Amino acid sequence: MTTLDVEATGTQVLTPAVAIIGAGPSGLRAAAELAPRVNGEVLVLERESVAGGIPRHSDHLGYGIRDRHAFLTGPRYAQLLRDEAAAAGARILTNAMVTGWAGDRSLAVTSPEGRIQVDAQAVILATGARERPRPARLIPGDRGRGVYTTGHLQNLVHLKHGRVGKKAVVVGAELVSWSAVMTLQHVGCRTVLMTTEYPKADSYAAFTGPGRVMFRTKVATRTRVVRILGRPDVTGVEVEHLDTGERRTIECDTVILTGDWIPDNELARAAGLPIDPVSKSPLVDTALRTGRPGVFAIGNVLHPVDTADVAALDGAAVAEHVVAYLAGQLPGDAQGSLTAERPFRWVSPSLWSATAPAPPRDRLLLWSEEFVAFPTVVVRQNGKEVARKRTPWPAAPGRVFRVPASIVEGIDWTAGPVTIGMAERR
Amino acid sequence: MSTTAQPYDVVVIGAGIVGSAIARTLAGYRLRVALLDARDDVGEGTSKANTAILHTGFDASPGTLESRLVHEGYHLLAAYAQETGIPVERTGALLVAWDEEQRDALPGLQAKAEKNGYHECRIVDADEVYAQVPHLGPGALAGLTVPDESIICTWTTNFALATDAVQRGAELLLERYVQSVDITDQTTTLHTSRGDVTARWVINAAGLGGDIIDGLFGYDRFTITPRRGELLVYDKQARQLVDKIVLPVPTARGKGVLVSPTIYGNVMLGPTAEDITDKTNTGTTEKGFEFLLGKGQQLMPELLEEEVTATYAGLRAASSHPDYLIEADRERRYVVVGGVRSTGLTSGMAVAQYVDHLLHETGGLELVERDDVPPPPRMPNIGEAFLRPYQDAARIAADPAYGKIVCFCERVTAGEIRDTFCSPLPPTTVEGLRRRTRAMNGRCQGFFCGAEVGELLKTRGNVPAAASHIQEVSS
Repeated sequence: MTTLDVEATGTQVLTPAVAIIGAGPSGLRAAAELAPRVNGEVLVLERESVAGGIPRHSDHLGYGIRDRHAFLTGPRYAQLLRDEAAAAGARILTNAMVTGWAGDRSLAVTSPEGRIQVDAQAVILATGARERPRPARLIPGDRGRGVYTTGHLQNLVHLKHGRVGKKAVVVGAELVSWSAVMTLQHVGCRTVLMTTEYPKADSYAAFTGPGRVMFRTKVATRTRVVRILGRPDVTGVEVEHLDTGERRTIECDTVILTGDWIPDNELARAAGLPIDPVSKSPLVDTALRTGRPGVFAIGNVLHPVDTADVAALDGAAVAEHVVAYLAGQLPGDAQGSLTAERPFRWVSPSLWSATAPAPPRDRLLLWSEEFVAFPTVVVRQNGKEVARKRTPWPAAPGRVFRVPASIVEGIDWTAGPVTIGMAERR
Repeated sequence: MSTTAQPYDVVVIGAGIVGSAIARTLAGYRLRVALLDARDDVGEGTSKANTAILHTGFDASPGTLESRLVHEGYHLLAAYAQETGIPVERTGALLVAWDEEQRDALPGLQAKAEKNGYHECRIVDADEVYAQVPHLGPGALAGLTVPDESIICTWTTNFALATDAVQRGAELLLERYVQSVDITDQTTTLHTSRGDVTARWVINAAGLGGDIIDGLFGYDRFTITPRRGELLVYDKQARQLVDKIVLPVPTARGKGVLVSPTIYGNVMLGPTAEDITDKTNTGTTEKGFEFLLGKGQQLMPELLEEEVTATYAGLRAASSHPDYLIEADRERRYVVVGGVRSTGLTSGMAVAQYVDHLLHETGGLELVERDDVPPPPRMPNIGEAFLRPYQDAARIAADPAYGKIVCFCERVTAGEIRDTFCSPLPPTTVEGLRRRTRAMNGRCQGFFCGAEVGELLKTRGNVPAAASHIQEVSS
């Protein structure tokens, strides 16, 4: 494919200082920070026809809290990020999809203006994440119409003003699941049941309680969907209680599969970058550097999936590291890695050294498989505890758990494998 | 069009690969031909969901009609694919023996291939097996190579044959489920769910429904039992794990589970084999997935680390008759084409030729070749190994719609989606659009493009002018 890319006739070549792949919150924020600070162009490549990423079609409040100290709707937030990147002097190309690599920091791009080769000095992967669809979740049954991910649903409703059915089952009970419920309500589709395999609904308690009342929605915990019924249109789902094995059928014409995130890692894998085997994200150090010099990664491609504002703050954090890279100032290479232990599924960033700069927001980001109200996080080296910290906030499945990076301060990363997990609970 | 005033000369029941091939052949004569199907698109039955392998026929039962027609069909379809642009990749296949019994069976399989007129099979040792498929799970003892087995696009094959038939003047009559049949002296009337269709000759290529139609003509000579095969399709990122078709050594219970690259750049694991009763039940099952994952663990454990992008089930028309059943009845002006199971993808064009010979023999139809037969259609390439529109700078320069990628995972462009609505067989459903372009068939299954593709189906591919241009924001 690479050969075709390079040999194709009529390819125009662009030579920005920095190429950012993806114009979601992290990519746009990185563009806004970098454009005034680098000598040369900052080029953002976006495959959608409008920049802004997922917030464009999340038409509800809750955006911009941590990065702007504001409370905005998704579309408004996307608009602000777009305007700021443009005002800072970044160039945003939409309908421009990076389809492969033409060199270490060279990209093959398809756009209506033709094939473009982008030879950049630094590349930032800001490709985001998506929800696993039905086949990836191996849900058997009929292939009836009416099964969507939240992303598909919100595109359909908020961008195309389309409709779905009347009675939905939402698989998942995390933040994005409630976002799906709101979208369904907006088009007159009632959520008759939410299912979660966890023993309790995963989203913020403040939301789950009122949410159940507001939307008259039942949440079935310890429950999984084992079959989708109906063709050509969905007529119901069969669910199973994980503890009792009891199965029952719920009538519905719409099924929304929420959460279960996977990073859009196609370009990272095509580059042969080291990948975290669990999160499937490219591995980065605290300076957000991937395994290839001059290639950085930010946002939800690293931590699938955190809120848009945290993704944007990665974009702010990466700027100084990119500027340093372009100036030839390189921090030392990683000496060791931090590995997640149960109940954590992954931790980001995972590559560390004694001279490592602070990670974005001075936080480690983790994904927990269990709800723990008052967790004590434990760092072990060679199996021996070297640090612990109690957080006043809970760890819950379905949202990123944050730990101050100070917990790994002073670790000699060359002295053996380091893991992060939780203290035994009694 | 509920009733056709003028009877057709021939009506072919079943617009799958076999029926489409037959209609195409007969439309090359001065005949009025109809191609009729119960579904809302061509190839909606067994033809759309199979393992998409172009078979050499090395493992057929020697001496059968099936063996002969698969062998002939392989060459006919390979040549037709060249002409029309149906994507084919000659990957070759490797049969892998996992125990002594299977290893002992290899010489017999090689001899069988020879009897089928295929002379290229070689027995190889375990080292060679792993040299050819390095990611294969441990424990393989030996193998048999079949260098000419190929992967092909079953959808494009069906669309090419049906398009060709239509361009030659055959009429495509969809959504007509045949309920009963009246045979008179000169003509036969098919009473369908959307009115009557009358023809002088009827050809039954109804696949799964072939035995039922045969019954309507007064026969009781075979029974079709739908054999469900479930498959898992892994992400394109798995494609580097396997570049040829990995077959098990066949047993009495069927051909078993294979691992194969697909023409779209994925990797397929399957199929299961389960006899069922409902001829429309293409649902997947927990048991099926469990079985396939178990097999996959053994065959290629690394594959299971990859994402699954599609799961589906196809039904093979397993027949009580051990061979293809293709016979003409001069009296009733009727030809049965029954029991054409999964090999029908490969053999379809040879089956059409065979039906043509039968009709010549019976002399029941005046077969005068037309001198104005249009050239075969040039099909859009939806295979991964050849230049796709999004990669084609010259094509994008001539028409920017080929530079506007709509489906990111499969890199399907607005131009390709638009073109399919201008084709002789435009899609009417999202499913039909998926099979013609690959749109929405990728790893995200519509997360990004589902709403957009849905809109394009409504607008028949017309993109609002503003959206088709590159949008640039700068200060």
